[in-house]
Amino acid sequence: MTEATALYDVPGPRTRRRHALYGAVSAVVILALVAWILYLLFDTAQFTYTKWMPFEYQGIQELLLRGLGNTLKAFALAAVLSLALGGMLAAGRLSDHRPVRLLATLVVEFFRAMPVLVMIFFIFVALKVQPLPALVAGLTLYNGSVLAEVFRSGVHAVERGQREAAFALGMRKTQVMTYVLVPQAVRAMLPAIISQLVVALKDTSLGFLITYEEFLHAGKLIASNLDYDLPFIPVVMVISPIYIGMCMLLSWFAGWVSRREQRSPKTEAVAVATAGPGALLPGGEPPMAPKP
Amino acid sequence: MKVLTDNLSTYVEGFLGTLELTVYSSLLALALGFVMASFRVAPVGSLRIFGTVWVTVLRNTPLTLLFFAVLLGLPRFGLVLPFEVFAVLALGCYTSAFICEALRSGINTVPTGQGEAARSLGMTFGQTLSLVVLPQAFRSVIPPVGSTLIALAKNSAIAGAFSVTELLGTYKTLGELGYNVVWTFVWIAVGYLAITLAISALFHVLEQKFGVAR
Repeated sequence: MTEATALYDVPGPRTRRRHALYGAVSAVVILALVAWILYLLFDTAQFTYTKWMPFEYQGIQELLLRGLGNTLKAFALAAVLSLALGGMLAAGRLSDHRPVRLLATLVVEFFRAMPVLVMIFFIFVALKVQPLPALVAGLTLYNGSVLAEVFRSGVHAVERGQREAAFALGMRKTQVMTYVLVPQAVRAMLPAIISQLVVALKDTSLGFLITYEEFLHAGKLIASNLDYDLPFIPVVMVISPIYIGMCMLLSWFAGWVSRREQRSPKTEAVAVATAGPGALLPGGEPPMAPKP
Repeated sequence: MKVLTDNLSTYVEGFLGTLELTVYSSLLALALGFVMASFRVAPVGSLRIFGTVWVTVLRNTPLTLLFFAVLLGLPRFGLVLPFEVFAVLALGCYTSAFICEALRSGINTVPTGQGEAARSLGMTFGQTLSLVVLPQAFRSVIPPVGSTLIALAKNSAIAGAFSVTELLGTYKTLGELGYNVVWTFVWIAVGYLAITLAISALFHVLEQKFGVAR
């Protein structure tokens, strides 16, 4: 065990031998499972030349690259816009004016409670928008609302003394925010913000469902080609490592930032958010989540 | 209003589809998540690695890609099941990774001293687990599991787009019948809100009953 939990004592020599035995047995079982899957792959002839041939053609490579480019374009647009929207909504929720606060709260709670896909479909079908703007708008509304909550909880998490000291120095509210609270809050919330961007990157694949020509769409085009004997499995085997790799890279970056910020003296007055699902879930927190 | 009253049966069918999908996938996700969480805290190395790989890969997989692979890829293995079963499999496996992390961090919140005290009283491993550790972990696990299940209910919309009978899928039927699209979506939204708010209320009650007093 690398970390101590309440579950086990430090094992003695006999227990260690027993654990090693269990480990060997379960390793064999897992390897057997992997071997069975590989056997199935070979048995259903997924590694024949016809099925992998399309990836040799330059046209198809370009198709895939264009798809990847479109995915990244949608992600970049959605990320920038949702950060902007999140900032605005957070400012609204922290406003001193009651109507502004109520409006911002309403917007945030509504868009957090709606499935992203329903919003994207609504914009695409009912408002008759092109796929890319529809996808970006849907992602922006949802992720912007979640990010607004992240920013807001970050500002609230800054130690009370910081705000009080700033007011005592005679700063106005805008100054307190821009010079004291927001810089510390953003530093501390950076891991959570990046984790939310991972969600945005994952959700760009929803564009596939509204016929936006992104990565998965390119894959579908190749996979449903009869000339290559419907290479679904090869396409999945090519596409998923790239998709998952991109998301993992971003998740790892969030974790790295989190570890870094925890050591930084510039975030002493506020607890740094941990990266990962504990911080933010795919669908965010429930509308009336019991706050811990 | 007319959109709803005229097509009540379509809406009810879609609503029940979403509900069914949510319930079955939740059960699968909770069971699988529990197994994976126990793998990840086990003292056996290979199981720990398996659990970690499972969680890391699934947490970083776009759900649409998973649906694509399961609904369109698995039939290539000669594995032909109804679409609903595939959808439950995809949703359940995806969510199990998040449930696993919630459960694991719940177990990790139990102070080491609790287990040590239990063992020094002579409790066996089973007793330590069932009488001391799990009851305490259960309390702190309620809110994160609740939000994960709400996310699951919202993610079930993706199944609807892959032509499983589901609430979002109703827009197509009604659109072909020439009803107002905006109102169609309003009622779909109301349906989803009903489900998410119900789950949220359920977990609120659980939290009130079992949660840690802070």
